[in-house]
Amino acid sequence: MTANGRKKKPVAPATRDIDIIYQENILDHYRRPRNFGRIAGASASRKEANFSCGDDVEIFILFGTDGRTKEVKFEGRGCAVSQAAASLLTEQAIGLTRKQLAALSAGDVVAWLGIPIGPSRLRCATLALKALQNALAGDDKV
Amino acid sequence: MKSGKIDIKKVRRDFPMLAAKGRKPFFYLDSAASSQTPASVLKAMDGFYRKYRANVHRGMYPASETATAAYEDGRRRIAELVNAAPDEIVLTRGATEGLNLLAYTLSTRLGPGDEVVLTVMEHHSNLVPWQQLAKVRGFAVKFIGLTPEMTLDLEAAKKLIGPKTKVVSAMHISNALGTVVPVKELAALAHRHGAVFIVDGAQSVGHRPVDVKDLDCDFLAWSGHKMFGPTGIGALYGKREMLRGLPPFLYGGDMILEVSLEDSVWNDLPWKFEAGTPNIAGGIGLGAAADYVRGLGLEAIAAHEREMTRYALAKVSAIPGIRVFGPPAGTDRGGVVSFALGDVHPHDMSTILASQGICVRGGHHCAMPLMRLLGVNGTTRASLSAYTDKADIDALVAAIKQAAKIFKV
Repeated sequence: MTANGRKKKPVAPATRDIDIIYQENILDHYRRPRNFGRIAGASASRKEANFSCGDDVEIFILFGTDGRTKEVKFEGRGCAVSQAAASLLTEQAIGLTRKQLAALSAGDVVAWLGIPIGPSRLRCATLALKALQNALAGDDKV
Repeated sequence: MKSGKIDIKKVRRDFPMLAAKGRKPFFYLDSAASSQTPASVLKAMDGFYRKYRANVHRGMYPASETATAAYEDGRRRIAELVNAAPDEIVLTRGATEGLNLLAYTLSTRLGPGDEVVLTVMEHHSNLVPWQQLAKVRGFAVKFIGLTPEMTLDLEAAKKLIGPKTKVVSAMHISNALGTVVPVKELAALAHRHGAVFIVDGAQSVGHRPVDVKDLDCDFLAWSGHKMFGPTGIGALYGKREMLRGLPPFLYGGDMILEVSLEDSVWNDLPWKFEAGTPNIAGGIGLGAAADYVRGLGLEAIAAHEREMTRYALAKVSAIPGIRVFGPPAGTDRGGVVSFALGDVHPHDMSTILASQGICVRGGHHCAMPLMRLLGVNGTTRASLSAYTDKADIDALVAAIKQAAKIFKV
């Protein structure tokens, strides 16, 4: 089970309908990303890139005194899938503990996107999650 | 060699992947990455596996002798395709291996003060080996740039190629832009200064007539799977005296005549460069692919690709918000249409096209320095072949328009 209590594996597209792949929701997150920007004095931050497609995402995390995320922001450029996934992640990661953040999976991201993600696009979908989890792994502050 | 026009309906029937009935829409526009395979090639390889499978050059029994004859007959037909002699054709895994073989073996004679000249369009397989070996051997790598029309800047080439130049290596046709490099002119420039001249023919051999004597190249490397052959096989042509002068690239069985614990004697050409059991079925399949393209006629294939490219360029260029990369219409170019639509990422574009059954490639096309030069992360590329028809192009254009609607370009 994942942090959200959902058990999801990345799925190959069952249907390749164009409207399903590029739902309004994804395009909205792509065109108007949520929590876009940097956090001065972030508890942890990390930039990850997919050099093969030129996508990049930098994640900033700020923890509150209760040990839960108070703010998560990102900056990035790239395809709709990578940027929408980053935007969704910043919404979903609020109020989570380090342990819960570490337990987030590719399946969670695919579920938030709500679209079929094939193996070749999974790296786009999980770029922000990789940045977030590597940010935490590279930081041993409690 | 045949000339005239190819019968597109008949050609499409030759390819099981294109002829399959009752399948979902399949518009294959990714032949620059890998072409489809005609039934004749499949049959040739199947014959080896079903009827006479055995190792080559060793067994004294009939199956091995048949396999050896079929493999060497494949080499002969591959040689004929580019007007070479069979002993000048080394069978490799593909253009990448051929180009690495050349970089590794030629660079043993290079050092500080020497220069290798490439073009800025090179595929990573012809750039990275030289770049990395330059760090080991101390020679310098120089790059010929492009004109604003995205053709090779021959004036720059004339200035770059000089007495320090020991090797000039260039692609014949750009996989990312479709630019045709004036390889004959480069050959003359290289030879004037005593430099070795290499052509990467991955996008030209099997697409248009390529004659090593006419080009006067010292080496020509290409891949089988981009010219209707199987994957995992390619060829490297080298002028006989050039191949003789090179040290072996890989050591092992088959490339050797005599071995003692202290030293070894290399086998004759071309086996000196084919260590280990070769890709036997691949060599037989590539021989069949060479027969196939010669059967269609290289001039006829080139004419068909030119016609389809013209059609595609006209249709795609007319889409509002589109930017097409590569030489302007009317220039000789390969069957590649590379484009960007507004700020739509090439991976998003490729995904949208895939949802409509259109197979293209989105990304940097293994030419990251070129993409940087163009100021883009990548492009979406439709690439054409002898079996491409107008329906493929029309489907592409309709789907790009749909993408424009979705992304509100």
